[in-house]
Amino acid sequence: MTFLGDSSAAQVETALWEAGPAGKAAKKRLGVGAWIALGWIVLVAGSALLAPILPLKDPQAQNVDLARQGIGKAGSILGGDSNGRDMLSRLAFGARSSLTVAVGSILLGLVIGGALGLIAGYYRGKIDTLISVLFDTMVSIPALVIAATMVVTLSPASTKGGGTHLNRLLVLVLAIGVVATPLLGRITRASTLAWSEREFVLAARAQGSKNRRIVFREVLPNVLPAMFSIALLGMAIAIVAEAGLALFGVGVNPPTPSWGNMIALERGSLAQYPFMVFEPAAMIFLTVLGLNYLGDVVRARFDVREGGL
Amino acid sequence: MSPRHARHKLDESGARFPDAPLEGPLLEVDDVKTSFVTPTGTAKAVDGVSFTLERGRTLGIVGESGSGKTVLSRSIMGLLPKRNIVREGSVIFEGREISKLRPSEMRAYWGAQMAMIFQDPMTSLNPVMKVGRQITESLLYHLDISRSYARELAEALMGSVRIPEPAKRLNEYPHQLSGGMRQRVSIAIALACGPKLLFADEPTTALDVTVQAQVLDLLQTQQRERFMSVVLVTHDLGVVAGRADEIAVMYAGRIVEKAPTRTLFHEMRMPYTEALVHSIPKIDDPSHTRLDTIPGRPPSLVNPPPGCKFAPRCRYVQDKCRDEEPPLIPGSTPGHEFRCWFPVGTPQGQAALERNEREAALGATAATAATAEPTAVAATDSSPGQGS
Repeated sequence: MTFLGDSSAAQVETALWEAGPAGKAAKKRLGVGAWIALGWIVLVAGSALLAPILPLKDPQAQNVDLARQGIGKAGSILGGDSNGRDMLSRLAFGARSSLTVAVGSILLGLVIGGALGLIAGYYRGKIDTLISVLFDTMVSIPALVIAATMVVTLSPASTKGGGTHLNRLLVLVLAIGVVATPLLGRITRASTLAWSEREFVLAARAQGSKNRRIVFREVLPNVLPAMFSIALLGMAIAIVAEAGLALFGVGVNPPTPSWGNMIALERGSLAQYPFMVFEPAAMIFLTVLGLNYLGDVVRARFDVREGGL
Repeated sequence: MSPRHARHKLDESGARFPDAPLEGPLLEVDDVKTSFVTPTGTAKAVDGVSFTLERGRTLGIVGESGSGKTVLSRSIMGLLPKRNIVREGSVIFEGREISKLRPSEMRAYWGAQMAMIFQDPMTSLNPVMKVGRQITESLLYHLDISRSYARELAEALMGSVRIPEPAKRLNEYPHQLSGGMRQRVSIAIALACGPKLLFADEPTTALDVTVQAQVLDLLQTQQRERFMSVVLVTHDLGVVAGRADEIAVMYAGRIVEKAPTRTLFHEMRMPYTEALVHSIPKIDDPSHTRLDTIPGRPPSLVNPPPGCKFAPRCRYVQDKCRDEEPPLIPGSTPGHEFRCWFPVGTPQGQAALERNEREAALGATAATAATAEPTAVAATDSSPGQGS
């Protein structure tokens, strides 16, 4: 229900933004929707960070009395899963893995893709062709195939080979990061191309600035808003990607919870105990929605600022 | 860009306090040609331009859009992109050939020896960097000074370009300043390292008229104080009239007339210059006077017509003009050069004009035949593939 409220608030916000000079005051404020989205993200990220010190039950502790108990029953807040583990606790610890994968992979993609995109967009010519072909090649292979293959080869499911869950988390970051690299890189390249053509870049050159300084001081600060906005959207996609991999059994290794493997684990009981699937699904849904909304707000704000110049 | 690095850079080039001779012209440009390779052919944006600029003098370069003024100034500074561009000719700055230098070698000149002011201060300042930072950047790069001293210098520079409350303005972003202020900031940036040569590429085109005068006066004051040479590029003869020592009129990538300012306005020889001067609206004309225009368009730079490039639009045009390109010939005043077979204000020119007028009158009487005439003229005008 909250989202309906959000979106109508968002429409009012948009209307205010477009109201021209009268809407100028509204432009300064973030708007109700953005604050709710930000609040939700902070709540989720906070509980993920603080999960070990929050007064939560052990996410691995199994309690027969709690098994398949619905919301609010048997002394729990969000019920228990089929193994009798506390859902609330598992959701908080699941956020830990899901967000680690999302943030880690996007940061990786942002650093590698961003650097390549900046180089390609600024220097152009052969190096641009090379990097663009690399991006195109990576994009042309289905993302799921790349990611799943990387996880399976780098972190096989059999624990004999040393595929511990920490390892798996790192490999997931790497796999989704590799998939995200060309997407973030292309956005960065496109934005860099546009900004590098601007006269202030030529003016900086005419003052004797080196290319490296121009890229970092003149171009990058202008490209950053676009990168940040797409990174927020990318994190949302990465959360979904982890959940998707979990359904194929190549997500975060159980028993460590992640939103994805919680859904994967309980998908058989969807008809009888829908809450066990819906709770992690709702977490994914709300978090993805919040990140998308924030990404849009960031983009809109920075577009407005440039337009006002 | 540590100070140590900056010092190394300067020692290497010896650019800051050079042992270059103080006598002799500052800039000698000889037969500079710049062409763009386009899918439709090679566009000769600058086609054999030569001039000499003495220290402390101002050269005005005048011409309409697409005449190659901007490309010329960027060619001289070596600021054009490398791809799809062919550069020829020589540029000698303080006795040193700089046209063949690589960008890494030119960096010692850019900003420190020669600087450029751009047309639109909205786009030539970085929107996400504070004004103060934009000024100190090049100070720190070229001079071996501390950050705090650079800031003091920046404040002094802001004051010298007449920006009120310079200390406060240093911490503002470009969008917080007005257009005139922004252009002053651009000037402050360009002047920061005390260049000997300043290219002002349409510095006032984006500003309104009252601010134009202020900015131009400011440029002139700074030039006098710093004994700097200025190349003032503009499409507005009014801008250069009182401020340039010498004016070069460009058309289709070449200089068609060059003369000391007074001579150019009083003894112009090239019909194009005459047409430009006539197209300036006069303040004592009655209102609703039709403005004088130059009919037609500049020729294609890819396939320019043979002969004089201005011939299709010229009132004095003769058959010879369409076949043979006139060379630059010296006029009676020293320093005056022009390209014309039938110069304005000479008996030949007068005869040519009278012949054309007689023919036009004859054409008008034969009303039916007259319809064929304009189409023929239109056909010569619209040459295929308009150059950039």
